[in-house]
Amino acid sequence: MKKSIEELKGIANDIRKDIVTMVYKAQSGHPGGSLSCADIMAALYFYKLNVDPKNPKWEDRDRFVLSKGHACPALFPALVMRGFVDDDCLKNFRSVKSQYPSTPSTCMPGVDMSSGPLGQGLSVAVGMALAARVQGKSYKTYCVMGDGETQEGQVWEALMTGAKYQLGNLICILDNNKIQMCGTNEEIMPLGDICKKYESFGWRVIHIDGHDMQQIVDALDSVDDNPVGAPTMIVAETIKGKGVSFMEGTAAWHGKAPSDEQYAQAMKELGGEKE
Amino acid sequence: MIANRVAVGNEIVELAKKDKRIAIVGSDIAVSVNFQPFMDAFPERYFDCGIAEQDMTGVAAGMASCGMIPFIASFAVFASMRALDQVRNAICYNNFNVKIIGSHAGLEPGQDGGTHQAIEDIAIMRALPNMHLVVPSTPNMAKALTDIAVETEGPVYIRVGRDAVPEFYSNDEKFVLGGSKEVVSGNDIAIIACGRMVERAMQAAEILKGKGVSARVIDMYSIKPIDKDAIIRAAKETKGIVTVEDHNIYGGLGGAVCEVCAEAAPTKVLRVGIEDKYGRTGKSSDLFELYGLTVDHIVKTAEQL
Repeated sequence: MKKSIEELKGIANDIRKDIVTMVYKAQSGHPGGSLSCADIMAALYFYKLNVDPKNPKWEDRDRFVLSKGHACPALFPALVMRGFVDDDCLKNFRSVKSQYPSTPSTCMPGVDMSSGPLGQGLSVAVGMALAARVQGKSYKTYCVMGDGETQEGQVWEALMTGAKYQLGNLICILDNNKIQMCGTNEEIMPLGDICKKYESFGWRVIHIDGHDMQQIVDALDSVDDNPVGAPTMIVAETIKGKGVSFMEGTAAWHGKAPSDEQYAQAMKELGGEKE
Repeated sequence: MIANRVAVGNEIVELAKKDKRIAIVGSDIAVSVNFQPFMDAFPERYFDCGIAEQDMTGVAAGMASCGMIPFIASFAVFASMRALDQVRNAICYNNFNVKIIGSHAGLEPGQDGGTHQAIEDIAIMRALPNMHLVVPSTPNMAKALTDIAVETEGPVYIRVGRDAVPEFYSNDEKFVLGGSKEVVSGNDIAIIACGRMVERAMQAAEILKGKGVSARVIDMYSIKPIDKDAIIRAAKETKGIVTVEDHNIYGGLGGAVCEVCAEAAPTKVLRVGIEDKYGRTGKSSDLFELYGLTVDHIVKTAEQL
């Protein structure tokens, strides 16, 4: 599926409406880091990922790991819009009534890997990319990782493994929103020059504006089909809470639900109820 | 005489000849767990993450999600604790088909010191939903349980020691997940042991026989699922049970046997194991003496029943 840039922008906006609505209805969840990766999720599910909602376990499908599992309010709308699951996971998000957990789970059609505990997704993605090599498959593996979770040491272990095995079929997108639960990265644990760090670990690094759909699509398209080569790290500069003015750039909205008034304001800014 | 870890490494090669799904993800542990034969035979299916057990575990989860059957390995202390979050959340939570070799378990890495002696891994692994846990006592059993691990859908933890151990099973002996072996018959008392300690339990039974006590010895190689029927029979048909393990007395084989007895057949259970302390540095033989994992101590404990 390859939607146009304009269509992708509309889908990203619909994902944002769903994020805010899910967290509002549940009065629980993580809007900030979900809104920051909404454009990336739109580009993956409606432009790049070679997946088949009618056959979610198709062996040759591209694999996707949402390492920052708390951002699943950005994933579930994409899965619903793409036709993998019905909208129960949106309506009953974080409720015992939902058949699915509040984080990605392999019990859900279209989800290749569970996540939630931070810093683990890239290792899993490395394993999926290695499996493609062993099995002679041409699929690619994509991973969306949060910047905060790169404080976990396992991420750097996985970066070394990805480079050692020259996993040209592995693409990681860093949602670099620069804010974590209790403050900015700078306050909690500075990450330094991350692009240089990834380069020095042997990865091919592309630095983009993570809210510019054309740049996201171009970065994803820049990965060639050679399965052997440096793995790709797309460092996407993003804004936590992007799209809702009072949520933007603040740690306060990492894991907080909007009030009735705040919800109305947020939906107004996003252009009203989803059509 | 070879170590169980060597038998496991050899058998993975045989299994991989028949099953292309089998791979190994290592953590600079190939020498310790006998992965070299696999590396020689199937270099395209061997991956080494370096000294990075968490990454190793996550990589294996990713491979398993794509239909492969990866084996991973580390010292039991690291396989069960350094990478526990990954074992739980990346493997068990998804019921992924990863086989975990916890090697050099218990006191056997003695001269590496207490930091390297896993005396908690049975308790930890037993508490994880979806996990299966086996503890072979001899190389022939280790080989058979490696086959069973691959036949079993979902995660399996294979606990093996460092030292070479004597063989007392034939090479075509049959074992099943959730089974046990009555290696010595008897009806006065029962000794339920696992791993390295089974042989000592058999020696203890011989001494007890000389003292007029008929001891049943059960090799409880499958800790999860566990052979409840064999435990209940032992509880009902004998005066009491002694459990013997190279592990903390809390949460391991002794704990598992007590759980079954408490619910289904209350009887006295005395536990021989490491009594809730970290091991000193020394040769494993010296440490077994120091912490009471001896034939003599098993006999004395049995006499208290």
